[in-house]
Amino acid sequence: MSGEVRLSRRRFLKYAAGAAGALVIGIGTAEAADRPVPLALLGDSWKQLGPYLRVAADGRVFIGVRDPDNGEGTATSLARIIAEEMDADWNQVVVEPLGLGLEAGNGEPKFTYGRQRSGDATSIPAAWADLRQAGALARWLLLQAAARRLGVPADQIRGEAGMAIAADGRKVSYADLATTAAGIDAPSSAPPLKQPERYRLVGQPAGDVDARAVVTGTLAYAFDDTIGEPLVVVLARCPYPGGTLDQADRKAASEVKGVRAVIDITPESGQAAGTAVQSPALAVLADDTWAALSGRAALKATWKPGPNTEPPASTLEQQALDLFGNDEATPSIVRNDGDVAAARKKAARSLEATYFQPWVAHATAETPSCIVRLDPDTSITVIAATQSPRDVYAVVQRMTGFKPEQIDIRVPRGGGGFGRRLQADYVAEALAVALAKKPDEIRNRSLKLLWTRADDLAHDYYRPLAVHSLNASIDRKKNIVGWHQRMASPSALVGRNTPDNRLWQSEVVPDALPAGLVPNYRSDWYPLSSQLARGDWRGSPHVTPTFASESFVDEIAHALKLNPLDFRLSLLGEPRQLPYGARGGPIDTARMANVLKLAADKLDWSRWLRSENGLGIACAYVFGAYVAHAIEVAPRQDGIDIVRVVCAADVGRVINPLGLEAQLQGATMDALSTALNLAITVKDGKVQQTGLRDYALSPTQPMPNAVETVIVPSTASPAGASVIGVPSAAPALANAVFRATAVRVRRLPLLRELARLR
Amino acid sequence: MAQQGPTSPVPVPAAQDAKQPAPKPVREGIDLIVNEKRYRHTGDPAMPLLWYLRDTLRLTGAKYGCDQGECGFCTVIVDGKAVASCQTKMEKMAGKRVTTVEGLAGKDGALHPVQQAWIDEDAVMCGFCQPGQIMAAVDLLSRQKNPSDADIDKIGNLCRCGSYGRIRKAIKRAAVAMKDAKA
Repeated sequence: MSGEVRLSRRRFLKYAAGAAGALVIGIGTAEAADRPVPLALLGDSWKQLGPYLRVAADGRVFIGVRDPDNGEGTATSLARIIAEEMDADWNQVVVEPLGLGLEAGNGEPKFTYGRQRSGDATSIPAAWADLRQAGALARWLLLQAAARRLGVPADQIRGEAGMAIAADGRKVSYADLATTAAGIDAPSSAPPLKQPERYRLVGQPAGDVDARAVVTGTLAYAFDDTIGEPLVVVLARCPYPGGTLDQADRKAASEVKGVRAVIDITPESGQAAGTAVQSPALAVLADDTWAALSGRAALKATWKPGPNTEPPASTLEQQALDLFGNDEATPSIVRNDGDVAAARKKAARSLEATYFQPWVAHATAETPSCIVRLDPDTSITVIAATQSPRDVYAVVQRMTGFKPEQIDIRVPRGGGGFGRRLQADYVAEALAVALAKKPDEIRNRSLKLLWTRADDLAHDYYRPLAVHSLNASIDRKKNIVGWHQRMASPSALVGRNTPDNRLWQSEVVPDALPAGLVPNYRSDWYPLSSQLARGDWRGSPHVTPTFASESFVDEIAHALKLNPLDFRLSLLGEPRQLPYGARGGPIDTARMANVLKLAADKLDWSRWLRSENGLGIACAYVFGAYVAHAIEVAPRQDGIDIVRVVCAADVGRVINPLGLEAQLQGATMDALSTALNLAITVKDGKVQQTGLRDYALSPTQPMPNAVETVIVPSTASPAGASVIGVPSAAPALANAVFRATAVRVRRLPLLRELARLR
Repeated sequence: MAQQGPTSPVPVPAAQDAKQPAPKPVREGIDLIVNEKRYRHTGDPAMPLLWYLRDTLRLTGAKYGCDQGECGFCTVIVDGKAVASCQTKMEKMAGKRVTTVEGLAGKDGALHPVQQAWIDEDAVMCGFCQPGQIMAAVDLLSRQKNPSDADIDKIGNLCRCGSYGRIRKAIKRAAVAMKDAKA
């Protein structure tokens, strides 16, 4: 008993009877179809099956969630999308995270669950496209089964909260129908999706599905998990990029009670950044964490800088300014509309400003960790929080040489991602230790790698430092007729097999506003050279460019003595669609204007001119979502106080308003706290920050007590939510600070710069 | 369905197994009570309580975050007072009574009002800091029946996801629930 329904040339739904009277549905690919999963396995080994659901005979509905949840609320939202479409009873839904969907075909990996990546707010749009269909097939099959049972046509039966209900009021539960449903012949095409008017779950608030496990301390993060009796591993890493070991007291470390081995780890050369061991290191393996940490301390390892010393930020900033001033320098031309030089010549007025933003770290709540169990001849199991399970697989496969069927990647809920877990360096470290020669008595022990906070801050893949220099040409009617932005940064794509002329792609977005609104527009990007590892950071490449452009728009408005809200609205102009090359477009200027107005209204923007407190506003289009921040700042003797923060967002159809609100609030708090206080700094060739005392994520004053949100009701296709609240928050803050203090802050972190300028 | 953390505490004295060789003489150690069970620590007295709870007792609710007592992820309650377990050495633990997040709910599984308030306010984002937040809130509410915003700010536990607004609401909701329960 089984069947399948084709969705497209390569993707289809499959269903079958599971053990104990269950109906099982999954989404497959053409490749996976070559190796059908044995029916006998469906009941007990359902985790092997795909982004799928199982209607059990006891009434529970198990929903597997394919994309990692590192706090974005993905597990809840993806499950709601499926449950909605099948009319499940949400109280009977059990959500399970899926590991990497991997099958072997001719020795090649087949990724049966698709992309499985959590980053750049992609999970929800992808789920909307295909997961609904799994739910729709379940409903169709269950209603067909109900038709047989009740003796009425299926089109006279509706689903509701886990029940099939006939027009005459007779009911039968999905649980009772599961077995019959699995025996129904497949429909000739994918069953129709529900009409949105019938939605009962999508658009309604839902608490996080893991909440109970979290608050009782029973949810096992990778950090908390275990396979067998693992040895705990900590690494003493070289703090100098490109540096080497000077000396270490291996004997003293080995003599610490509980320490089982000290192993030299060397970086692999020629591997892409984020896929290999990053720093030379000494690994200490011990029976427990305290012994491992004590052993590492006893090493008293000292390190030597490499041939090229990493410069401090001031050096990189000067290099950027030199590049901007050097006519011979050849930037990547990211976008070039019209003729900015000609526009400048004709302009009534020209304005210019340069913005400086520091390196910043991710500092995820759960530091990187990884559990590895390696049987050298047969198999490997890896447990790691990751935003990209396929990248973890690639590292494991390369380092072990194993076939896909020998590799098991498990992905528990992660303690924060923010882009840090798009890198798999920590997995490579754990594997390097697993594969290293070890004493016989510990050879078969599983391993659990722990990063301390000091490790995390010193060996992150940082958001690149960035310098932006902007020039605007204004005509007599106070219109921006020319916009030339130049950005310099060490690209996060260096060392990742990206050609030089594409390195800007991690740094700046060609179609980001005000591109498309200004007739003569040019965006240039210049490379800076650095040895610090870098990577994505919550909303990059939108984050640093938006701080510069949205601060600059504000500066222009003030220079022209215009209200910055009105100025932005007139810049957006008539409602129209602007082409957008990156994911999410086109940009609808009316939707952008709407969120600006909503945020402003909520903050009572009419006070803007006369208020003693400063009001600031900014907006951004991020991965298909329209976001605006409006912020009220009070001047204080020794700085500022953020009195109110409003975030308005239009993400299209909202799957879970409670989750969206949390993401907007969280991203706003993150962006504000980062802009106010945080910087990673380099001195004597190494990162200076060693803990949360000098990388102070603290939420206290001047941070706001609350972030007020305004969410636009919409029936447009849903966008993601997890990063969109970041880009416009910092410029709205700086713009409010300017109104409150008359000081324009063009350098972050803001509080330090404000103190310097006042 | 929640993933079950590895929690198989081994109370001392350990049950004697007849097949085992004669038991070793009872070693000197540090006796303490964790979630109403007695334990004896015989390892390094300098070991922080956090690693004893996590590695020895397999109580992984308290999380590691910073080594500096800055983040509060590792907060547990010792003799009625919230402490950073990463900063508390086992040598200071003799005779102490420890409550971790695993020990909050009743034996029947009924959640503590603070845990319930966390669910009701949907305060969980990534969730990693939340066991520590909850223990800090339990501590605050044991001292302050009606905590003000300033009292809540003083807790100072970090939430990297920025769930502070909902945590604040959850603490206030729990305060009301605890008063109602007494009334």
